[in-house]
This record gives sequence, structure tokens and C-alpha cells, in this order.
Amino acid sequence: MNTSSKALDHFATLASGALFGFGLAWSTMIRPESVLAFLTFDDLGLLLVLGCAVGVNLLVFQLLPRLRARALLGGAFETRPFCLNRQSLCGGFLFGLGWGICGVCPGPALSGFGAGLVLGNVDLLVVLVSILLGALLHGLWAGRVTDGPAAF
Amino acid sequence: MTEHLLHFFPNGLARYLIGGLLIGAGVALLFITTGRQGGASTFLSAIWSSVLKTPFFQQPLLRDSRRWRTVYAIGMLLGGALFALFGLPVEATHVPAWKFAIGGVLIGFGARLGGGCTSGHGICGMASLSGGSILMVCTFLGTAIATAMLLARFGV
Repeated sequence: MNTSSKALDHFATLASGALFGFGLAWSTMIRPESVLAFLTFDDLGLLLVLGCAVGVNLLVFQLLPRLRARALLGGAFETRPFCLNRQSLCGGFLFGLGWGICGVCPGPALSGFGAGLVLGNVDLLVVLVSILLGALLHGLWAGRVTDGPAAF
Repeated sequence: MTEHLLHFFPNGLARYLIGGLLIGAGVALLFITTGRQGGASTFLSAIWSSVLKTPFFQQPLLRDSRRWRTVYAIGMLLGGALFALFGLPVEATHVPAWKFAIGGVLIGFGARLGGGCTSGHGICGMASLSGGSILMVCTFLGTAIATAMLLARFGV
């Protein structure tokens, strides 16, 4: 990639993330209480948020690769490198446990921390650091048990 | 019927519909421009590849995507910051720090072990019609609902 297309790539990526983060704030999902209210069925808003986000991308992910060979900036359309097994289901269980305890997931932790920085409160710093720590522990543990780069 | 349904949305529908569309637009923009699947949680491992030189953290999947994933994560932070800068309403949270500390570690570990989180499996995986991702969403959503209900029941 040359310098200008690299800059364009970074800009598109940054703008995509910003739109995502802005949407998370708009939907109030950056407030753990909004997520917890869904999990206890007091306010089912999260379903609408997820439904809209999936709906838009169902169209894009399914149609665009049929219309174009490559993405606008020239990259290939990627697929998710995921394989379902007992381990990933355990991961889903642990993730759900944590999500049910505090009502935060990685996206809202980032966006909510950003909003908090502007407003002078760092309530979400603890959860952001803990999430990063959890990912670190996973990497160290996964590296130990399978002893190689294939671990995922 | 409508009134009965609206009972489940005491804060109305607009914020959720608009927010969800914006989130979807962000993920869509990334895919349309770069072809990438915009999950948030691989960033959590990829960022460690800059300091840890173990084989796990140096696997190409993490090392080679570190740069764009970091830019994307900064973008998400920026999106939240812009929302607050525009003077749009952000309510403070009252969840105690110990819940954030314990929950956070479980979330980070679980999201990586599970190969994705609400955005990776929930948005990208489901939009890709991946059966595995749909099962993962059911697993973490079901667990989270059971956990939150239990904690609420016991007043924790």
C-alpha cells in the first residue's frame, strides 16, 4: 500500500469506529444500566439496537460481495476466522457471566470511556483495564496450554 | 397489543433504533471501504502483541491486524467523546467498581476464548449468517440474562 492509500485506509477505519462509538452512545448502551435493564427484561431496547445493526449489515455483507470483487479501497472481503468448539462455547459462557455482572462489553467500554473522558469521569476505566487484563490472561493461558501460534 | 408491547420499552424506541442504525452504519462503512469485519474484541489481544513476544501474541492474525484494530478502537473512543462534546446526554453509571473489576476480567478472557463479542459474533457473525456465531450469541446472551436475573433477585 502506498502512503496516500494507507492514509485513506486509516481514515476510513477511524471514521467507521467513530460512527460505531457514536451510535453506541446514542443508543445509551454505553451506560451499563441500559444493558442490565435489557438482561432483566425491564427495557428490551438492546434487542432493537442489535436488530437494526444486524439488519443493515445483513444486507451489506450478503449483497456487496456479489456486486463487487473487492472493497472500495481495494482490499478483499474478509470472512471471520472462527471455529465453534467446546472451548469457544466456554468462552461465550464466561463472557456472558461477566456481561451479566456488570453490563459492559468491549465496544461500549471504549465508547463510554471516551464520553467519560470529555465529561471528566473515568467510571469505565476500571472495566476497560480489567477487560484488557482478561485478554492478556487468555493469551498467556492459551499460549501455555497449546504452546504455539495455533492457539485460539 | 401495541400498548402491551410498549410496556417493554419504557424509554421509547427512537434512541435504540437510531443508535442501532448508526452502529450498523459504522460496521458497514468498514466493510464497504476496507472489506474488514469490525468486531471490537480481537483488538484486546492484538494490542498486547506490541509488548509481548510470545508465539501466541505474535501470531499473524493478531500482529498483522494490530494497526487497523487499534485505529478502529481509537475511533470508537472518539465516537463516544464526540457524542459528549456535542452536548448530547450521557448519564453516569452507578455500577460498583468491584463488579467492573470482576466482570471485566471475565469479559476480556471470555471474549477472546470465545473468538468474539457482541460486535464480532453479534453483528458481523450474524450478518454473515454464521451458524457458529448465532450459537455463540445464544450462549452469551442466555448466560448474561441468567446471571443478571439471579443477581437482581438476590439484590446484589
